[in-house]
Amino acid sequence: MERGKSLADILAGGIFVAIGGAFVVGSLGYSLGTPLRMGPGYFPLLVGAVMAALGLAIVVKGLVAGEVITLTAVPWRAVAAIVVAVVFFGFTVRRLGFVPTSFVAALLTTLASSRVRPWWALAVAAGLTLGATLIFVVGLQLRIPLFGPWLQF
Amino acid sequence: MELLDNLALGFSTAFLVQNVLYCFVGVLLGTAVGVLPGIGPTATVAMLLPITFNFEPVTALIMLAGIYYGAQYGGSTTAILINLPGESSAAVTALDGHEMARQGRAGPALATAAIGSFFAGTVATLILAVAAPPLADVALKFGPAEYFSLVLLGLIVSIALARGSALKALAMIALGILFGTVGQDIYTGTPRFTFDQRSLYSGIDFVSVAVGLFGVAEILRNLENESTRAAVVSKVRDLWPTREDRRRIVAPILRGTGLGSALGVLPGGGHVLASFTSYAVEKRVSKRPQEFGRGAIEGVAGPESANNAAAQTSFIPLLTLGLPAHPVMALMVGAFIVHGITPGPNVINDEPALFWGLIASMWIGNVLLVLLNLPLIGMWVQMLRIPYPVLFPMIILFAAIGTYSLNFNAWDVYAIVFFGLLGYILIKCGCEPAPMLLGFVLGPLLEENLRRALIISRGDATVFLTRPISAVLLTVAVAALVIAVLPTIRKRREEVFTEDE
Repeated sequence: MERGKSLADILAGGIFVAIGGAFVVGSLGYSLGTPLRMGPGYFPLLVGAVMAALGLAIVVKGLVAGEVITLTAVPWRAVAAIVVAVVFFGFTVRRLGFVPTSFVAALLTTLASSRVRPWWALAVAAGLTLGATLIFVVGLQLRIPLFGPWLQF
Repeated sequence: MELLDNLALGFSTAFLVQNVLYCFVGVLLGTAVGVLPGIGPTATVAMLLPITFNFEPVTALIMLAGIYYGAQYGGSTTAILINLPGESSAAVTALDGHEMARQGRAGPALATAAIGSFFAGTVATLILAVAAPPLADVALKFGPAEYFSLVLLGLIVSIALARGSALKALAMIALGILFGTVGQDIYTGTPRFTFDQRSLYSGIDFVSVAVGLFGVAEILRNLENESTRAAVVSKVRDLWPTREDRRRIVAPILRGTGLGSALGVLPGGGHVLASFTSYAVEKRVSKRPQEFGRGAIEGVAGPESANNAAAQTSFIPLLTLGLPAHPVMALMVGAFIVHGITPGPNVINDEPALFWGLIASMWIGNVLLVLLNLPLIGMWVQMLRIPYPVLFPMIILFAAIGTYSLNFNAWDVYAIVFFGLLGYILIKCGCEPAPMLLGFVLGPLLEENLRRALIISRGDATVFLTRPISAVLLTVAVAALVIAVLPTIRKRREEVFTEDE
């Protein structure tokens, strides 16, 4: 494996330091207790500190002799489409109901790929909605209304 | 014979109509996700877990287990036919298996994989039945100090086996443990890191973590470069191996079964290690090492037997200690808990029908897999024609519905986005997702036993070293850590795993 200055290592280490640090700061807000009777903050403080230290070690290693990994381009379109689709699903499933939410979420997800044609995306979304309704609502008796309060007049 | 009585009980449970049916559904789904690249057994089990809440516990576990070992079968089919291993353990099968397919011998390669897997599965299931009860007896003597050391050992061994940087794997474990602390503290009831959100009081649901890390993150990676998958599949004919083939596969199957059974017990993807080790062994003992990589049937028989044997024996730590050896096993722990059963040494005595039924179902599942895979091979090949733009919206939609149906809580759904993005970035940076999920599941156990052990010992931290079993476990853990970090051994590890790329 090639060794050298590694952006991937620095990034990963940075994330570990940041999250570990956040947990350490958070733990200090809870009672730490004593080793005999540990309070709620003791264990997360310990693990958070260990993780921040590991993160720091990874950053240092990344500056000196890290794993050289080519960071491929982030598919922003896919990230945006999937985030929007899933958050939309979580937010509206109770309000719009199962069928419209599934359809729109599936349609939004298909936008993640740049190679999908509109008619085709509609067909996929319709097919998936039908399949999901049959499997989850009809087959597994999931108690989600098919059409929610927003669609009842 | 107690073993025979137990197996009789197991088979009478496993042969109930609904259990055979769901075993079939499990192995069918498992084969399907094994064949399809881009979705693995972990994401599938995570998505289907909520569905099984209404089932009888034994039926639920039989189905989930079926998905796990079914995926090992399916993964090898695509590895042989189109050089696209659906599962990481099948990567090594592709080396010689696909070469055989290109020489027009796809049939014998597939048959060898099936025969080897079936034989290994049968033997390993038997080993599981024989080895589990005495191990569970030992585990019953464990106190909190021993459990703490055992969990720590499990986590550390899992990094020794993971590929890539040991430092990063350790940090991923810590990250998992930290996310596992979110929610109410077990001893004082103080809500930790909940940002005053009621829905976080019970903690982050591990299904969200698993679906995010293994489903969403994987899809984002696949969408990085969308290339048309040209599935040029050679026609499969002459399934049955020739007399010469049959003679050549006997010894590799036996060796692979032995190796796989032993390595499968290790935490953290023992089945991947098993197939690589088996390949290396076969190449070394072969009189014709130059044939390896050019379509040697031994290179299919050994690793395929090894990974299937390992898939079965990886249930040993789960069923006797309650320790998951693989992310799918971690999800099975969740399945046990949802049904009110604490996985661990008590399961065998408290729920004998469940314990033996699950073991017996694995053998039935292996029979079903052979029947499913050999005659229906054409159907699985057809599945490869499903275009990815249909597949990934399906995975995302089902993931969202599955996590929502856990508690009808929108936050569980938002969590898959969070863990999907975090996982995607970290995987891009060369971190493995599996240690994080293991840390997430085992973290609460680690904390609970640490605190309990210290309360019992009145704050004396030396308790972990003065109790003999605990001391031995900690020593092994330290040794494993040294091995994982030591440069010379790490170099060899890299060599073993680079063949995977």
